[in-house]
Amino acid sequence: MSKVLEVNDLVTKFYTLDGVVNAVNGVSFDVEDGETLAIVGESGSGKSVTMMSLLGLIPMPPGKVENGEAIFMERQDLLQMTPAELRDVRGGQIGFVFQDPISTLNPILTIGEQISETLVKHKGMSKNEARDRVIELLTQVGIPDPDLRYKAYPFQFSGGMRQRVVIAIAIACTPKLIIADEPTTALDVTVQAQIVDLFKRLRDALGVAVIWITHDLGVVAGIAERVLVMYGGRPAEIASVKDLYESPKHPYTVGLLGALPRLDSRESKRLVSIKGAPPDLLIPLAHCPFAWRCDYAFDRCWEEIPPLIEVGVGHHVACFYDMEKGGPRNG
Amino acid sequence: MENKPQITRSAAGASADSLLDVDQTYREQAAYYGRFLWRDKSGIIGLIMFLTVVFAAVFAPWIAPYDPLEQNLRESKVPPVWQAEGSWDHILGTDNLGRDIFSRLIYGARVSLTVAFFGVLIAASLGLIIGSIAGYMGGRIDSVIMNFINLILSLPYLLFVVFIAAILGRSLINVILIFGITDSPIFARVTRGEVLRMRQSGYVESAISAGARWPRIIFDHITPNLIGPLITLATFEMSAMIFYEAGLGFLGLSVPPSVPSWGNMLAAGRKYLQCCPWIAGAPGLAIMFTSMGMNLLGDWLRDVLDPRLRRSRK
Amino acid sequence: MQRYFLSKLGQSILLLFGVLLLVFAMVRVTGDPATLMMSRQASPEDMEEFRERMGFNDPLLVQFGRFMSGAIVGDFGNSLHFKTPAMPMVLDRLPATLQLAFTALVFAVVIGVPLGLIGGFNPGSYIDNIARGLALLGQSVPNFWLALIMILYFAVELRWFPSFGRDEWKSVVMPAFVLGLPVMGQIVRMARSSVLEIRGEDYIRTARSKGLERRTIYTKHVFRNVAIPLVSVIGVQFGYMLGGSIYIEAIFAWPGMGQLLEQSIGWRDFPLVQALAVFTAVVVLALNLLTDMTYAFIDPRIRYGK
Repeated sequence: MSKVLEVNDLVTKFYTLDGVVNAVNGVSFDVEDGETLAIVGESGSGKSVTMMSLLGLIPMPPGKVENGEAIFMERQDLLQMTPAELRDVRGGQIGFVFQDPISTLNPILTIGEQISETLVKHKGMSKNEARDRVIELLTQVGIPDPDLRYKAYPFQFSGGMRQRVVIAIAIACTPKLIIADEPTTALDVTVQAQIVDLFKRLRDALGVAVIWITHDLGVVAGIAERVLVMYGGRPAEIASVKDLYESPKHPYTVGLLGALPRLDSRESKRLVSIKGAPPDLLIPLAHCPFAWRCDYAFDRCWEEIPPLIEVGVGHHVACFYDMEKGGPRNG
Repeated sequence: MENKPQITRSAAGASADSLLDVDQTYREQAAYYGRFLWRDKSGIIGLIMFLTVVFAAVFAPWIAPYDPLEQNLRESKVPPVWQAEGSWDHILGTDNLGRDIFSRLIYGARVSLTVAFFGVLIAASLGLIIGSIAGYMGGRIDSVIMNFINLILSLPYLLFVVFIAAILGRSLINVILIFGITDSPIFARVTRGEVLRMRQSGYVESAISAGARWPRIIFDHITPNLIGPLITLATFEMSAMIFYEAGLGFLGLSVPPSVPSWGNMLAAGRKYLQCCPWIAGAPGLAIMFTSMGMNLLGDWLRDVLDPRLRRSRK
Repeated sequence: MQRYFLSKLGQSILLLFGVLLLVFAMVRVTGDPATLMMSRQASPEDMEEFRERMGFNDPLLVQFGRFMSGAIVGDFGNSLHFKTPAMPMVLDRLPATLQLAFTALVFAVVIGVPLGLIGGFNPGSYIDNIARGLALLGQSVPNFWLALIMILYFAVELRWFPSFGRDEWKSVVMPAFVLGLPVMGQIVRMARSSVLEIRGEDYIRTARSKGLERRTIYTKHVFRNVAIPLVSVIGVQFGYMLGGSIYIEAIFAWPGMGQLLEQSIGWRDFPLVQALAVFTAVVVLALNLLTDMTYAFIDPRIRYGK
């Protein structure tokens, strides 16, 4: 299997009036062909910025990618591409689905126009040629009466239907990778499930890799194969879904899993939320960003930044504390 | 600051929100806005310009070298000091009746600021009441009030101000009342928008469900959120009223001709434009100075207090 | 669409009724319209004769009925100063005022829109600073004062333009510039801030995520959305100019409705003032309807009655 995307040591900063925001501080991960990787973290953990900065979708300035490489399709570094090359990748080989379907569609253009745009750009189709493809796409994402809906405006759709339109845009040019940034967060719970199902169906049908960004570990189990947990702009833990749920190695992951409401548990356990606030990204850290909120933090956590180390097959964690042993990790 | 202001501002705004989320003391907040003020040069320049005018108005009797009404026909039409025949006795010269222009300008600031301040006070109070009613009641009442307000705002404002002023006659109270009443729809619209937004936002709902009473909700949640947009709007509207007052004065419809207002000075100076341009020049520059200061200040306030407010009539 | 138009039309008619009511009531609000309209030297007999002739002695309701039935056919009585029907004189002045306001609007739009757009696309740039400076100047300079200064310099001193009247094409330059300046400032601000705002919208990020060219994004996604607030501000400003032209027309002796208004207020010729106020309101309301239609044309949310 080949890798669709391999990111190494990405560093992104925002130079704002209040100071330098250290949004992403050295993130590495990879995505295999046809695989779904979930990136999990609370808001401000850098999960969205990581993906958006790879594709030049953060405002620059104030944003700036300072370090790293992002090898796409084992060939080209996204960060070294010219703007024109990057435009060919965006929409053409990488599709996007964003959080709020209400605001992600242009209110005054028909959805047909908004979907065919990307076909015109990347497939060199004329508007008429694109039309047939758009109707096919609308059918594919489960929108009834696609012929009629082609000429409809976003405000004539419900939130869930709009998200289907956004998904149609994302898959229009049969991309290799779809980046879905909290695609279900803004939707009703019942609609959420529908969208997740649609995603799974399309992923399997098209064989496309997906990066699913979310703050909700609950959704992850149903869709992803591997999970990257981020904290304070750094990776905290990377593991397969199974490993992560069964033996989380990072205290933060443990906290996240503890904060999950469990439907299957008999006793009504109170929701545990992780105490404390996420770190202030304005201050460059010289120690573990989670140390403030960590029950297991000891001297070393306040002195060094824990590197990402492999603790099992494909299971990496950035923590000095070994929870199974109940003491500091060796080395 | 000047590079890419929008992006930097919104980024700063985002981090400002996160800063304000945490329980901050008022002093910390003040320090934060103070930092903002220092960073935005045009804001501080505007503030200084505005305070200069306020200072002149408040301390007029101590600053003005002459009585603004004292005529001295032997010293009429003296040009300002930088012209050949000018003298330090009258820095900005004298008018056709020999009155000291500098002193009249300083007293004129009193008239302009009085009209602007009380006019806005009335407009804001009326607007607050009407807007809150529309916002709270919602439904039919809201849509009737708002349609009415939008239509009033679409009328040629100046024309009706002139029309009403011509009928009511020249007095300070009349001018204040006219501006206060005719300007209230703008305040009503902004208030209504804010009230509606807050009613729909989560925290007022949660306050209600937590059993808070209406007065408490209004004081704790709605008022603080209204203050920002209303202060910003008030700054712009005060600037507009100073303009309109001068315009009315120019047409001979504002305060009585004996009162040294900038508009009256302009109207009087118009007749001596060719021989003595400084008579009309000085009040015009004073209006420009004040208006520019308040516009700069208003822009800055808008950026800091209220990124949503976009449009006001002018 | 039709419902939208009809509701707007209905609102305008309702407002026109409101304007008529206001104009009727204001003249009577001081108690005695005769003292308002007659000179102070008039004898009590003259006053009484005037009241009788104007029908001010009739019950208010009768007066109102007469006023309204006249107003519907455009009859606001005779001008006190000219002793001829007021409305035809007002209509006479319309072309001059429209010419002035339209020239001023064209100037404001042609300069203001591109400047604001360029400023918004390149915030902090050289052109943006010029745009913002001009906008501030346009908003801070009292235009009636600027008119005086310009007459002094460009008419008296340099003799480039006539200082008053409407005799040649040059005549319109100075009044239109002065009248359009604050409007231009407003348009620059509006265009600039709309571009900045819309540039940051989520759907622009979506457009970028499709890999569209910068130019396509601007022309297709940004401009059309900027046009919505811009059309509304231009409509409002045109109405503002019809009212604001009173100073400019008075200063430049421009033979339009504004000048007539200034004069008739001086003569206390209230039938004429009433006719002017009502007619200007009608023109502005018609313009607003036009703006609303343009709005619906650009914005499908309005077209489909959302």
